Amino acid sequence: MQAIGDWFQRLYETTGLNFSVFYDAYDWGRYVGGLKMTLLLSITTIVLSLIIGAVGALMQGSPSMLLRLPVNAFVVVFRNTPPLVQLFFFYFGLGTMLPAVEAAGMRVPLLSNVQWAIISLSLFAAAFNVEIFRSGIEAVPRTTIEAAEALGYTRLKAYVHIVLPLAIRVCLPALNNNLVNLLKTTTLAYAIAVPETLYAVKQIWSESQNVFEMMVVLLATYGILVGILVWLMHRWERAMHIPGYAR
Amino acid sequence: MKTAGSEQRLAVLLPYRPAPTRMSIRIGPLPAAILCFCAVMAASTAWAQTGPTMLSPLQVIVKWSPLLLRGFAFNILISLMAMLLGTIAGLGLGLALLSESRLLAAASWLVTQFFRNAPWLVLLFFVMFLVPFQVTLFKTTIPLPDWIKATVGFALPVMANVAEVVRGAVRSIPSTQWEAAESLSFTRRQTMWLIMLPQCIKRMLPPWMNIYAIVAMSTVLASIVGVSEMLTLTAQVHAAEGGRPELFAPLYGFALLCFFLYCYPINIWTARLERRFRVR
Repeated sequence: MQAIGDWFQRLYETTGLNFSVFYDAYDWGRYVGGLKMTLLLSITTIVLSLIIGAVGALMQGSPSMLLRLPVNAFVVVFRNTPPLVQLFFFYFGLGTMLPAVEAAGMRVPLLSNVQWAIISLSLFAAAFNVEIFRSGIEAVPRTTIEAAEALGYTRLKAYVHIVLPLAIRVCLPALNNNLVNLLKTTTLAYAIAVPETLYAVKQIWSESQNVFEMMVVLLATYGILVGILVWLMHRWERAMHIPGYAR
Repeated sequence: MKTAGSEQRLAVLLPYRPAPTRMSIRIGPLPAAILCFCAVMAASTAWAQTGPTMLSPLQVIVKWSPLLLRGFAFNILISLMAMLLGTIAGLGLGLALLSESRLLAAASWLVTQFFRNAPWLVLLFFVMFLVPFQVTLFKTTIPLPDWIKATVGFALPVMANVAEVVRGAVRSIPSTQWEAAESLSFTRRQTMWLIMLPQCIKRMLPPWMNIYAIVAMSTVLASIVGVSEMLTLTAQVHAAEGGRPELFAPLYGFALLCFFLYCYPINIWTARLERRFRVR
């Protein structure tokens, strides 16, 4: 570790390229903190959006109008409005309406900015996931569902054990796309002062005056994160592949 | 005359099953939007401790709507310009992706992947901080206001996405057409411009409009880097009205409504075009 720090220190002294994160322990700590927050945001929003998406798709396929209507409205509204405005609406609009709670002698909002970011981003991605899952479910042959019914599966059990596993395989490429998009959208949390990577890096560059170098670090960070996600999804896709089904 | 299918049916009474209704009814765009807006209004007025001198949230919005709508028009202008720039650059990049030169194809692939995989906000910061606020060309100084830089910042990801769309569309055309063109002694350039691209326009239109809707929604990101577009104005209006917390929801709700009314028709139209041009 020391050698890397020394190398970047020397790089700064010889060329003037100031990658302060790699030799300054304080900057490094902030950067890693931001990275952790980005990972926390991405993992929680991915999991939540998948759950909401699956439940939404189940509700959308139900025969009851009362269940379908709210889901359709949710999808239409969240797909056609900017995620940043949604975030502001939730954090400023709804956040100020909620009652504050007493914690450690101070009045703090019921939900912190991190929690609002998670809620808002999950809902945004879930609206797309509902549509993606629906397209997958529609691709499951009607005969398969009939076979499940013949075997005595209830609607819910057939959905969980038969339709969803097949649907996920069909819609994985589209899902992959949306999750990458979600990972990139987590940068929006910057706007409500969630200390994620972009926020941390901006703090570093405004103190160390190394905008260009930190920008390179920032882009590389997101490039690597997206790369890891895509690699994982491709592995998953290959592991889930059923020979002879959907290509 | 009976059809063959009905004769082969066994004479058993099938259990009653209601006809499956899947996704037949979609909520209309306007009712949904107005419903949401009204709900927000109702919720916000329930909280408001409106004194006699204070304006209600609705009055505030009516009072400031000319300014806010001007901000929204600015958003649309930015999105249109970014789309124009991005499409021209993306067409070039897409053709470079398809070029026969290995080096050019690899380089343009790298550029495309880079701009597609970087978050929009990060690219926006990239352009805002690293492009100077004025450039001197042949001794004439051209100032670059922040909104022009923001437009370029949005045009970069658009370029990469359009490039992928162009590549995908050209690839989707049967390779026999290339051979046919070759046998008619078209050069590669002629084949591309006279045969391939005219056919691709139809296929490229729906994804291109999708990209446009995304750009239109992304223009609000410019408020983070200080361009005075709709969201910045919304925050300023809120401050001007005394910074009452119950005004946040209606004001941001109004912004949501504006974008919804703009983007939803585009989305519907895209879906309709997609259905019509579906490649079977």
